[in-house]
Amino acid sequence: MLEIHNLRVSVEDTEILRGVSLAVGEGEVHAVMGPNGSGKSTLANVIAGRPGYEVTGGDVLYDGQSLLEVMPDERARRGIFLAFQYPVELPGVRNRQFLKSALDAVRVYQGREELSAREFDKLLREKVRETGLDPDLVKRSVNEGFSGGEKKRSEMLQMAVLDPRLALLDETDSGLDIDALRLVAAGVNRRRSPDRAIVLVTHYQRILSFVVPDFVHVLLDGRIVQSGGRELALELEEKGYEWLRDGATAGDR
Amino acid sequence: MTQSLTGYERYAADFEALEGMEPPNGSAWLRGVRREALAAFRRLGFPAERRGNERWKYTNVAPIARSTFAYPFDVDMDAVTEAFLRQQGPWSDDWARLVFVDGRFSALLSTTFDGDDGLRLVNIGAALHKDGGGVRQHLGKLAQSGDGFTAVNTAFLGDGALVEAPDDTTCERPVHLVFVSSGASPDRVSYPRALVLAGRNSRLTLVESYVGPGDGRYFTNAVTEIVAQEGSGVEHYRYMTEGAGAFHVGSSYVRLGRGSSFRSTSFGRGARIARNGLSVLLDAPGASCVLKGLYYTTGSEHVDNHIDVDHAGPGASSDQYFKGILDGSSKAVFSGRVLVRPNAQKTYARQADKNVVLSDGARINTKPSLEIYADDVQCFHGATAGAVAGDAIFYMRSRGMDEETARSLFVHGFASEIIDSIELPALRSHLDRMFSVGPPGGG
Repeated sequence: MLEIHNLRVSVEDTEILRGVSLAVGEGEVHAVMGPNGSGKSTLANVIAGRPGYEVTGGDVLYDGQSLLEVMPDERARRGIFLAFQYPVELPGVRNRQFLKSALDAVRVYQGREELSAREFDKLLREKVRETGLDPDLVKRSVNEGFSGGEKKRSEMLQMAVLDPRLALLDETDSGLDIDALRLVAAGVNRRRSPDRAIVLVTHYQRILSFVVPDFVHVLLDGRIVQSGGRELALELEEKGYEWLRDGATAGDR
Repeated sequence: MTQSLTGYERYAADFEALEGMEPPNGSAWLRGVRREALAAFRRLGFPAERRGNERWKYTNVAPIARSTFAYPFDVDMDAVTEAFLRQQGPWSDDWARLVFVDGRFSALLSTTFDGDDGLRLVNIGAALHKDGGGVRQHLGKLAQSGDGFTAVNTAFLGDGALVEAPDDTTCERPVHLVFVSSGASPDRVSYPRALVLAGRNSRLTLVESYVGPGDGRYFTNAVTEIVAQEGSGVEHYRYMTEGAGAFHVGSSYVRLGRGSSFRSTSFGRGARIARNGLSVLLDAPGASCVLKGLYYTTGSEHVDNHIDVDHAGPGASSDQYFKGILDGSSKAVFSGRVLVRPNAQKTYARQADKNVVLSDGARINTKPSLEIYADDVQCFHGATAGAVAGDAIFYMRSRGMDEETARSLFVHGFASEIIDSIELPALRSHLDRMFSVGPPGGG
């Protein structure tokens, strides 16, 4: 579904990703782990099409086609979803209208009909219940005045409503207490299916106890230095990242 | 002949021509007021100096001063229809209204009231001749503190709106003053004028609309004076959408009596240069004003809100809250001064301005200022000089919305805080439409 080939990305002339390759197939859950500043968020944002990142080499293919020239809204309509590390507050923009506008855009692109107001409300109620978000929050402006945990759950609600094929979760687990983490993990697990894929970008192993990944990759200084199965995450939990850094440096030489 | 006259000469020549058209038995009082104002205009000129001109620091009016705008001696009153007005601005059949075309009173499009429903709503020109007393006592008084723009408006004083709510009267029917520019050639200037007198313990709701055709070059130089007597409550809205090539200078002067309340919201769009000047004098205890504004600039437009609040008496409160949306290579200015005089103890004053910038080329100059000479006061100010909307727009696009839908939802959301506080449903729904193309599918 997603193929990243030797991707190099700079921000304001500083190279952040220095040749990242990664393949994510249908039905797979991947975890990309790494310390702060390793380039994890950059990777997620570049796939979603956030402005401000300069791709200096390599390519990102989605269903075999390069994404790099595709506008972010079209990426979303093709089924890519990024749960933001820092969801944006939109004062005065009601959640319901926001979600309906987004879903309408996605459905129309995919050749399906827009939902009627009634159908949409039914869907929304269902997803709100699933996500465990306070229904009163849904009546408010998008993320405005939400706590950190509420913002993350609101991202999960958006994901559930838009039903993407490829979900990228950028540190969605950070700052959550254990109950919120369980809810978020349950939302992610519900999405596991043979035709969807999930990429979890995270600093900690914690969420991986609830969402068991098929593959774990370690990103350090803009490169994937190690890939493995779930047990790699446990090893990182135990040993930290430094032992890999030494290995990476040695490998460079 | 007069075609070759430029700038100031043109104003003087038109003044003479207008005076020559007055009947010999015309009001000597009016003639005196006009002449005095013309002299003041000669002395003051337009405030185009670029140095030491704090009040116009970010708005250069040289393009107005350099241009030649003719007084509209001939106004084709049929050029503007009710259907056109319904399209151009807010409208409700339930509102009482006076309509002025290029400053000229249109009896056809207006619904005057002369004491019915407790409201007096008439053309000032007629009122001056009929019973000058009350009108003369107030007309031009607050505006005497004004600059050259206000002076030249007074010099051409003729038609205008007189809105009077008698003592102890609640005027249920909102009053709508519509000042429409025809955009006819040659480039012309109009002098909208309004005098609003809210009697003791009266209640009044007022909408001023300034509208014009989308193209064409003209100059609207408007003056409004509002006197709110003791215990009165005035709900005021000022709506401005002039054409992209138009110039608009509005100068409003408000005086608030003891325990009176003035709630004003202004909306500004369009115009090559637009200025919304508002001066509020609170010189009696317990007076309060809430001044809100919403402006939206695109293309190469320029909108300037300049608010002066003078706390000259104790125990009064003023609250300013303006929001701006800037796009294209437009410019917006928010400035003004809150002055708290030494005897104005127990003053509450707040000044806040929030902006979002949708494009790299747009600029906001925001400069709130507080001058406090009393010690027992609560005063605050704050400005956010232009949060860039890029993150918000990307966030929305990452959910599948195209750029236009994302911007539209964002702009409407930002504006809704002000729009939702409007108490007139017809005005609220008009602005809702104006600030939103609506998401596909409605819903």
